[in-house]
Amino acid sequence: TFLQPPRGCDMQWCFSQVKGAIDDDVAEADIISTVEFNHTGELLATGDKGGRVVIFQQEIENKNYPQLRSEYNVYSTFQSHEPEFDYLKSLEIEEKINKIRWLPQKNAAQFLLSTNDKTIKLWKISERDRRADGYNLKEEDGRYKDPNSITSLRVPVLIPMDLMVEASPRRVFANAHTYHINSVSVNSDHETYLSADDLRINLWNLEITDRSFNIVDIKPANMEELTEVITASEFHPNQCNTFVFSSSKGTIRLCDMRASALCDKHSKLFEEPENPSNRSFFSEIISSISDVKFSHNGQYMMTRDYLSVKIWDLKMENRPVETYQVHEYLRSKLCSLYENDCIFDKFECCWNGNDSVVMTGSYNNFFRMFDREHRRDVTLEASRENSKPLQVLKPRKVCTGGKRKKDEISVDSLDFNKKILHTAWHPLDNIIAVATTNNLYIFQDKLTG
Amino acid sequence: MECAVDAQSLISISLMKIHNSRTQRGGIKLHKNLLVSYVLRNARQVYIKEKYAEIYRMQQYEEVMTVCNEIQELNPLDPEPEDAEEEDLEVAALSCCAPLQDGGGKEPETSFYRSCCMETPGSPCDPFAGNGSHCNKTTVLDLDTHVVTTVENRYLHQDCCCSAPQCAPVPDSPVRKRKGDFGCCASDLEEVSDFSASRKRVRREECTDPNYTDTSNISNLISIFGSGFSGLLSRQADLEQICSKQALASLGAWTRAIVAF
Repeated sequence: TFLQPPRGCDMQWCFSQVKGAIDDDVAEADIISTVEFNHTGELLATGDKGGRVVIFQQEIENKNYPQLRSEYNVYSTFQSHEPEFDYLKSLEIEEKINKIRWLPQKNAAQFLLSTNDKTIKLWKISERDRRADGYNLKEEDGRYKDPNSITSLRVPVLIPMDLMVEASPRRVFANAHTYHINSVSVNSDHETYLSADDLRINLWNLEITDRSFNIVDIKPANMEELTEVITASEFHPNQCNTFVFSSSKGTIRLCDMRASALCDKHSKLFEEPENPSNRSFFSEIISSISDVKFSHNGQYMMTRDYLSVKIWDLKMENRPVETYQVHEYLRSKLCSLYENDCIFDKFECCWNGNDSVVMTGSYNNFFRMFDREHRRDVTLEASRENSKPLQVLKPRKVCTGGKRKKDEISVDSLDFNKKILHTAWHPLDNIIAVATTNNLYIFQDKLTG
Repeated sequence: MECAVDAQSLISISLMKIHNSRTQRGGIKLHKNLLVSYVLRNARQVYIKEKYAEIYRMQQYEEVMTVCNEIQELNPLDPEPEDAEEEDLEVAALSCCAPLQDGGGKEPETSFYRSCCMETPGSPCDPFAGNGSHCNKTTVLDLDTHVVTTVENRYLHQDCCCSAPQCAPVPDSPVRKRKGDFGCCASDLEEVSDFSASRKRVRREECTDPNYTDTSNISNLISIFGSGFSGLLSRQADLEQICSKQALASLGAWTRAIVAF
């Protein structure tokens, strides 16, 4: 249920919290590489380049500051992946966490999938607030007692202790991907999930680690004929037989697993013809899709390419129903962005809880929201300067030419090292998590709750 | 933020990226390298197109000048001073669209004969007649292969229109020949003038055969020069193919042919 009806871009966003080092000198291991709320929004997980996962938990209402309805505090931190070396191929495997996906909660414990380039792990996060006391053979500190001193037998009892959150790897799904994994997605059946790399998609059972089924394979017989790779993949939110995958050519294929075991042949192909007047050296790069997300209601999907966000109706394949320009002013700068590699940045996108607003990141620590209902958009900034508690974020504007107005920023002044690639929206509330390079910002809407 | 979007620098930047990716942590990123290869391909296409256009322009001018200078040297019948001819040649080379009524716009005394015809749609003069009425053509006779070809806007066509009246009028003067460029006729050099006239008549008859469309001679022309350009040919780019074939064809036609009717 919603705490209050979201009003899209009418609402004002306030700073809530920022997590991470204040230091301007960013340690590479601290670079945030993925952000994900769980299904209730109570937990917020981040993964970083150092292979660590940090989970924040939303506290119950703070009685001293009722307007700060949601404060997220560190709940658990653990090292999910370590750097590895593939001796056969003489390749180092990065420990960077590419994706985290939460499983729906079944019991007291929480489960999430985290993946690096090659290996997916299922982690169990559980709470322990009791411990056993009164062992017969061991002292309290764990040392074994002198057997001669044991004269009686007793049953250990559970006594309360300080809450401890433990993370333990329950499954390791390894050796199934030759190429770099870019996506994992849990099926609505809660039993299976898919993992996608550049050329293949595998279907797993969450319980079984030594086997997976290959369901998509776009590797050509001759690698010299390679023209496209898989860039993202996701299961449909409520049809357990349906999934989509996007490609570097800007197409999205929808596949039905009931049709055949191998889903190389798509059921639907979503593609918008290229505007020939926009043709440039970099047309192929900017049309590559970096993220695809189904809407919560399962009727639409959203794709992100370098300059725009597109909303597709699943019933219409030949063009998107909505297109939003994220930073069109970059179109004339593509050559420079190619030189400094920024053109390869993979921006993600996300829906709000009722699919009325979509959000995505940009440069200069800007992020953009597009209100589909009211046809409005806003640009906001995540910065330490705007980080006073409950400070309302002021909309930002990029000046694309001509006279720069006060408070506008010109395109040439944008800091392309400050990029927001990962954003997440609370599934039920107007709380958003926005990751800058090494900081996580949490914003909420101004209404008290 | 500005950078020069020229094909050559993009090619070198792209190659640098591919090279650097080999030492990057985590192994070669297939996706990024694929995208870089697209930029490389695009830049290369533009670069080749520009290069061939340049070569073509250079060649077209140079070859015509060379051929006509050689003819000028060879022909004992030619009384014209070289300067005037060169001027004519220049004019002819640069503007190959003299109207038909002027008889090709050339005097019979000039060292070479050109036929320039304004193509009309549906004209039997050109089997490849297609679009528009402003195609400018130059008919070229290759004395080695006895092939009459029409070069039209850089495309090489086999033409069979010699019988058509719209084609340029038959000049009365004998054709000038290039020394030493004859296959079977080398021994007949001293009887050049008489022989050439009769050969020319014979050739005209051959050419009046409307079924004379031997395209293999053209490909022979191309293949002679093909080996030198093999490094630039690619199976993948149609554009490259067209550009390279154009360039090859035009080079072949111009260097081995005497421009004549």
